[in-house]
Amino acid sequence: MQKVVKRNILGYKNNESKSQRAPFHSTAGSLWTDGAQERLDPQRFHVPALIKPVLSRLWRSVAIVVAIAALNFIIVHMAPGDVADVMAGESGAASPEYLADLKQRFGLDQPLIVQFFVYMGRMAQFDLGYSFRFGRPVASLIFERLPATLILAIPTLMLAFVMGSVLGVVASRRVGTWRDAAISVGALVFYATPLFWIGLMLIILFGVKLGWLPTGGMQTIGANYTGFAYVLDVGRHMILPVVTLSLFYMAYYARLMRASMLEVFGQDFIATARSKGLSEGRVAYRHVLRNALLPVVTVLGLQVAHLLGGTVLVETVFGWPGLGRLAFDSVLSRDVNLLLGILLMSSILVVSTNIAVEALYRWLDPRIGAA
Amino acid sequence: MAPLLDVRDLTTHFFTQKGAFAAVDKVSFSVNAGETMALVGESGCGKSVTAASILRLVPDPPGRITGGEIIFEGRDLLSLTMREMRKVRGGRIGMIFQEPMTSLNPVFTIGDQITESLREHRSISRADAERRAIELLDLVRIPDARRQIHNYPHRLSGGMRQRAMIAMALACDPALLIADEPTTALDVTTQAQILELLDELKRSLGMAILLITHDLGVVAEYAQSVLVMYAGRGVEAAKVEDLFHSPIHPYTRGLLGALPHPDDDVDSEGRPLPLNEISGMVPALDAMPAGCRFEPRCSYAVPACKMTDVRLAPLAEGVRSAACLRAADIVQDQP
Repeated sequence: MQKVVKRNILGYKNNESKSQRAPFHSTAGSLWTDGAQERLDPQRFHVPALIKPVLSRLWRSVAIVVAIAALNFIIVHMAPGDVADVMAGESGAASPEYLADLKQRFGLDQPLIVQFFVYMGRMAQFDLGYSFRFGRPVASLIFERLPATLILAIPTLMLAFVMGSVLGVVASRRVGTWRDAAISVGALVFYATPLFWIGLMLIILFGVKLGWLPTGGMQTIGANYTGFAYVLDVGRHMILPVVTLSLFYMAYYARLMRASMLEVFGQDFIATARSKGLSEGRVAYRHVLRNALLPVVTVLGLQVAHLLGGTVLVETVFGWPGLGRLAFDSVLSRDVNLLLGILLMSSILVVSTNIAVEALYRWLDPRIGAA
Repeated sequence: MAPLLDVRDLTTHFFTQKGAFAAVDKVSFSVNAGETMALVGESGCGKSVTAASILRLVPDPPGRITGGEIIFEGRDLLSLTMREMRKVRGGRIGMIFQEPMTSLNPVFTIGDQITESLREHRSISRADAERRAIELLDLVRIPDARRQIHNYPHRLSGGMRQRAMIAMALACDPALLIADEPTTALDVTTQAQILELLDELKRSLGMAILLITHDLGVVAEYAQSVLVMYAGRGVEAAKVEDLFHSPIHPYTRGLLGALPHPDDDVDSEGRPLPLNEISGMVPALDAMPAGCRFEPRCSYAVPACKMTDVRLAPLAEGVRSAACLRAADIVQDQP
């Protein structure tokens, strides 16, 4: 009896230290900051302290991806109509026999529950199926389009994060001055303006009026550039869509960074840093910035999903042959296999980004995990 | 010999939407080398703002030092450029704060935060700085210093963090340590340990301490001289023995009278008596009386107190002063 009680007390103590360690930003809706890693005791496990939480997270991620796949299937099938209806409709005068034939060929005549298990079984074997619309395997369609979206999304995120942070830092260090006011108002404007409108205005200004940049597409049609010239050509085509997409996120990060910096400036340890005789620059960039980055990094992870949604708009406005437009087309044509494949792909992207963000977080904040 | 720190008529205003308020109003005191001087008073009396003003750390806006002189080692700190001031901060004057839990940066190791100060003020190699950091942690009795310098603050208890803060403040051998309520956030046992440590360090390193506290017990135990503050002003300055033996200002008398004596404060049947208190409240910053600020709560008050803006004035004996019109009468009344 005595032993049991002791263990309980120890267990309680462990919990206590866990709650002390939990930092204020761990509540920001991340899937990854609760439980698991705090239970780790490096002395008890032989697995290196940094590998273990990643592994456990990986298992959870797989479960999440499976759940998302199932949910996708259910939601997509709740919408009326299927690819056979659309194709039959497009062909003009389709007879009921033709429709029934299409349905049978695509396996759409099976009960939904059977379709569901067939689908989940195929997913387990990484078989994304066949796009009836394009007449090609979904996997090859996705991998053909994915690079285009990535060269749009990654520079966007980097540009937005770096520029947004810089603007936020500048505003916070000059709070209340015209510089702060200009940045804050600018951020508010771009945060509130719809993406597609900014895109169109930029096309009109830089593409049509000034003629400096191409108005759409990913490369100059018919130019057949190779090597460095090709890279340069794609680069020129990238500028407008990347700027359009990043303005919104830049505005968001600038606002967030400013608020976060100001909050950290008010902390006790900043007074300590000043009392050591450090210059204001050193206080801001060494002591404030690193702490202020934490909530911004959290949001960065969460926004990857949001960004994939944003690419749909921008790819449509700029005629960019990426995954976003493919997804949009697949919705309109009820190309269920393709849509589900893209959704699955996106969920894997988002989940793996979150794991990367978590790793970054551990590096930035020693209070998290077994650091 | 000139005192190490001589604060004369220091005035610090806070500029708010309701107007400008003097949180510190013409406060004067001095600290001699090797001595512990206590600033004592209740919350909001301006003692922490006074401490922050000495290092010019009052956040601006809303606060600004609007008058007076702070002579430290022969120079007026208020006339120094920012660059010169930064050499004083952490170099000649160290400071420790009330909240050890939040006064250390959570994302840097203890060692990083100590060596940062050393490398700011001295041209010293990384390895030497680290060696010095270990020495300092040994000095403040943090066990296993060699390992602790690689630890992050969240791994340390409150008492240990305050020790680490002290090590940081002492890194460059300051002549003066400002301790702003260094033990308020700690439990009683740890409080005593930290104060003992500070007292020992003061003796062994020969530095002076400006101790900000609201705890008269701490003042009696560790300080040599004391300034009592009330509503932004100094009301009584004296050697510690004099102050406790024969308090003059009615506020000081009220404070000492409010100290509980659990063994004596009983009625004839052994039941505890109610605790003594000073009736009334500290006036709000925007509703300060024109005359003596303690007058509304004072049992010695005479009509003249309402009119006279009475300031700290030396008494006949010369070593002590009080800001009270009736100081002479009170001295005579004393047994």
